[in-house]
Formats: sequence, structure tokens, C-alpha cells
Amino acid sequence: MKISQVSIFLENKSGRLSEVTKLLAEEKINIRALTLADTSDFGILRLIVNDPQKAIIILRDNGFTVATTEVIAAEVKDKPGGLAEIVEILSKAKLNIEYMYAFVEKQKEKAIIVFKIENIDKAIDILVKNKVTLLQSKDVLNL
Amino acid sequence: MIFEKEFECAPLKKLKEIQLERLKKLLAYLNKNVSFYHKKFTDMKIKPDSLKSVKDIKHFPFTKKTDLRDHYPFGLFAVPLSKVYEIHASSGTTGNPTVVGYTKKDIKLWSRVMARALACAGVDRSDIVHNAYGYGLFTGGLGFHYGAMELGVTVLPMSSGGTKRQLKLMQDFKTTIITCTPSYTLYMAEEAKEMGIDPLKGNWRIGVLGAEPWTDGMRKEIESVWNMTALDIYGLSEIIGPGVAQECEAKDGLHLFADEFYPEVIDPDTGEPMEEGVAGELTLTTLTKEAIPLLRYRTGDIVSINHEPCKVCGRTLPRISKIKGRTDDMLIIRGINVFPSQIESVLLQIEETEPHYLIVVDRVASLDQLEIQVEVNEKIFSDEIKKLEELEKKIKKEIESVLGLQVSVRLVEPKTIERSQGKSKRVIDKRKF
Repeated sequence: MKISQVSIFLENKSGRLSEVTKLLAEEKINIRALTLADTSDFGILRLIVNDPQKAIIILRDNGFTVATTEVIAAEVKDKPGGLAEIVEILSKAKLNIEYMYAFVEKQKEKAIIVFKIENIDKAIDILVKNKVTLLQSKDVLNL
Repeated sequence: MIFEKEFECAPLKKLKEIQLERLKKLLAYLNKNVSFYHKKFTDMKIKPDSLKSVKDIKHFPFTKKTDLRDHYPFGLFAVPLSKVYEIHASSGTTGNPTVVGYTKKDIKLWSRVMARALACAGVDRSDIVHNAYGYGLFTGGLGFHYGAMELGVTVLPMSSGGTKRQLKLMQDFKTTIITCTPSYTLYMAEEAKEMGIDPLKGNWRIGVLGAEPWTDGMRKEIESVWNMTALDIYGLSEIIGPGVAQECEAKDGLHLFADEFYPEVIDPDTGEPMEEGVAGELTLTTLTKEAIPLLRYRTGDIVSINHEPCKVCGRTLPRISKIKGRTDDMLIIRGINVFPSQIESVLLQIEETEPHYLIVVDRVASLDQLEIQVEVNEKIFSDEIKKLEELEKKIKKEIESVLGLQVSVRLVEPKTIERSQGKSKRVIDKRKF
């Protein structure tokens, strides 16, 4: 239930983002979800891809600074209140959400939220207990 | 006005006699009181009393900034701490500052040479000196302060910063002499305009400016903006602070107080003396200092020297040119000495692997800015923005505490900083002086 997310350090220079997306496209890597966090000086591009290992190698070979992080991808009821329910479960358990972002899963038409939580094992535990569906790695790779 | 005519206008023969007598005493004093020099003389098998003429000094060893560093803090002092009235410190090449000390007599000496400097610049007892050099460990503030007191001129100890207040008091108190770094005068001119003050109508008639390099081009700009005469002063804390040399109204070289500081201009690679008029490294020997006398101290400043007496002011003391450059990579930022090695030593402590960094210096609105770009690598890269920002802040804080200067720090992508064969280019200086 832990998903491997790829993070890339990007300077706030024009063209950097384009280079990354072009590179991944050339190597036929499919981006499932992404988010770009920025400060005035730099940004961190976070990606869920269909082949994180390959992506890391390609990016490294092309001079990018990368890291992998374990995140959770939870299915959310696609109606108002869907997200609030999950966030409340985590909040009650005193689990801190570092960041989150969302994407839509084509086949089942479900909304998927990606969470980075400090204590990932406890988070998985509590969400499963509360009958929240968490995606497996293979689910993400096959999306 | 000439403050000490007997020295400043001494016939060249008399000056040489004074220098020889003082050098002989100095060598004996060093041999007796400073173990560093005693050991050097012993190792080199050179006797202090072997000096028969001033030229024989070339047989004696040089002193370098690293010697001060290696004996931090008080290892080169010739007197016990109880006799040291005042301690000052300036930038070192690594984490530790360069430390100097003054006995009561040394403070008197400093006051006298600074009084000479002010008088040489044209300051007289009816003036009010507006001293905007930093007061504290930096020798600029107190050096000018002592000089003004010795000369008998009213002094306003403004120190640096608080520009609006500086300008208000300049007007209200009608201060007539400004002492600060050259770039600060331009910064103040811009602030003045913003405050609705016309610099051309300001009260300053003379600026005694130094602590950083500045060209004749910059002088013209300062003089036209403030409608005043802008003259250069030279010094370094290892020797005394400001007060080693001063430009007179001729604007044709800085009169070096050679009866107190014996100058040599040498080839920095061979140590041999350069011909008259040819630029080389200025090396200075303190002739009467008590607390931390230095023999043949390598300043790192490149100058040429001219022994012709000055036809305009009548002083016979030799004149050095404006500083033409450095033998090392030292920078001067807002009047403060900065060695890239200081920054490198901070980065090495924070990051385990050798950091790739670039120092970018620029002057924006007359203020020097220092930016340090540090390459990210996988060891320090964190997925959390928070952690990267914390790292930037940490680097900034550590560097600022070592340099005594505000800097900005930016994390950049790896391999964006040019690698070169051999020593990497660590500094980009975009300033034009």
C-alpha cells in the first residue's frame, strides 16, 4: 500500500520543467499524477509514474537531483464530503499530512488522493481500519 | 594643515635615519618578546643586530596572515594581556577572526597617525566630523574617532546604518566632514533624494573615504553628487587600522607614514623588491608598535610607490598609488573583508561532501550584495520544501555569523556551477568600481 513517488529538484528557471517532461516522454514513461511545489528560489516536482525505478535512473543520468518518497494513494468517494471524511480520520489519529494532491482514476471513475504522511505505517493502519481503500503499487502502475 | 611637520616633511635622509634606528630597536624587541619571531630568527640563523642599513631588511623573514591565524588569538602579542588596552578583530581566512591589540602607547600612535590623515585631507579644528564608519571590533569607527580627538575636531560617532537619521543629523548639526566607505556616500545620496534632500546643498565639504577599493571614476561621481572633495585613506587592522596612508589635495597618491610603517613593494612570487614605480605587493613593518608589532607583513594589496616629495602639499613621505588589486581572492563587501575560504569552511561543516558553490557579488543601488549559490546533491535533497528552506536558512545563518555580513543563499541544481580543471572559479564579481 506504499506507493513510490519521484521527487525532482528544479531551479526556478524557464525550461527546466519542459526538460523533465520531454525526457520522460522520450523514454515512454507515463505520468499518472503530479504536483509542483514552489518557493521563490526553487521548486520540487512530485510525480507518480508507471515506472518509478526507470524514471529515477533516467533523470539521474541526465543530471537531475532526485529522490523517492513513500506515499499513500486513497480512493475517495467522488462527492462532497469524500475528502473531509478521510482527513478527519487522519486528524483524529493525530497524523500530520505534509502535503497532498489528487487525480482521477479512469477505469473506476474514482477520485484518488495522494498523501504524504509522516508516520506512513500508522496512517495505513488507521485508514484500513476505517475501511478506506488504499491503492497498491501494481494498481498505480496499471492505471 | 600638516599635523606633524617634523616627520611628514622630514628630509629623505633624516627619514632613513629614523627608519634605521627604529628597525634596529624593533628587531631586538621582537627577538626578545615574541617567541614566533625568536624561533624564526634562530631557524634562519639570522641575528637581529645584523641589520646595518635599511636595505638589510630583505634578509629577514616575512609575516603572513596565516601566521596570525595559526597563533590565534594572542600568540603574536609582545606584551602580556594586562598591558593591552584595546583589542580589535577583523576577518580571518577561515572561521577565526584576525586579532590585534593596542597598548596605551599604541592607541596614542593610532590617534596621531589618524590626526595626520585628517589634517592631510584638509580637516581643521572648525570642522565637525561625521563618522559613519562602523564602531566596534572593526577598526574604522574608533580609528577615526581617536584621530578627530587628537586633532581637536568635534566628532559625531554615527557608526554605519540608520541612513535617514544620518542625513537628518547632517542637516541639523551641519556636519562638514564625512568619513565612511565610498559606496556608502552614493547610497546616502540616493536616500537623500528620496527624502527630498538635495545632496548638492549638503554641508559636507570633504569626504575621507576608504575600507574598500574605488577608482578615480567613482571619485568623480561622488564629488559631483555631493559637491565635495573625496580623498582616499588606506589602512589595515593588522598594521594599525586606518591611518597607514592618506591622499592629499593633489589626488596623486597616498602619503604613507613611513616613519611609523616601513613600506616595501615586492614581487609576490619571489619576495624580491620591485623597481620604483612598478606595481607589486605592499609589505609593511610596524616600527614602534608595542602590543602586536609585525615584521614585513604581506598585505596582499598591489600598489606602486613613488618617493618624490609632493609639490602640492610639501610632504616628503612616499606615496602609494590607489590599490590596484589583490594577490589573493579576498573580496571587500560593504567595507568588510571576505575570503571565499571562510564560506567554504562553513559549507564543509554543514555538508559532508565537498560542496560546489558560487559566490556572486553585485552592487545594487550602491549597496554591495553577496549571494552564495550552493549546489543541491542527493545527500541534502529532501522531498520536503520545509527541510530545504531550513537548510538554506541554516547555511545563511552560519555564513552570516562567520562573515559579520548579511548574505543571501540560494540552492541551485547540480552541475550548474561551472567546473574547471584545477581550481574551480568560485567568485563572480559583477561590480564595476
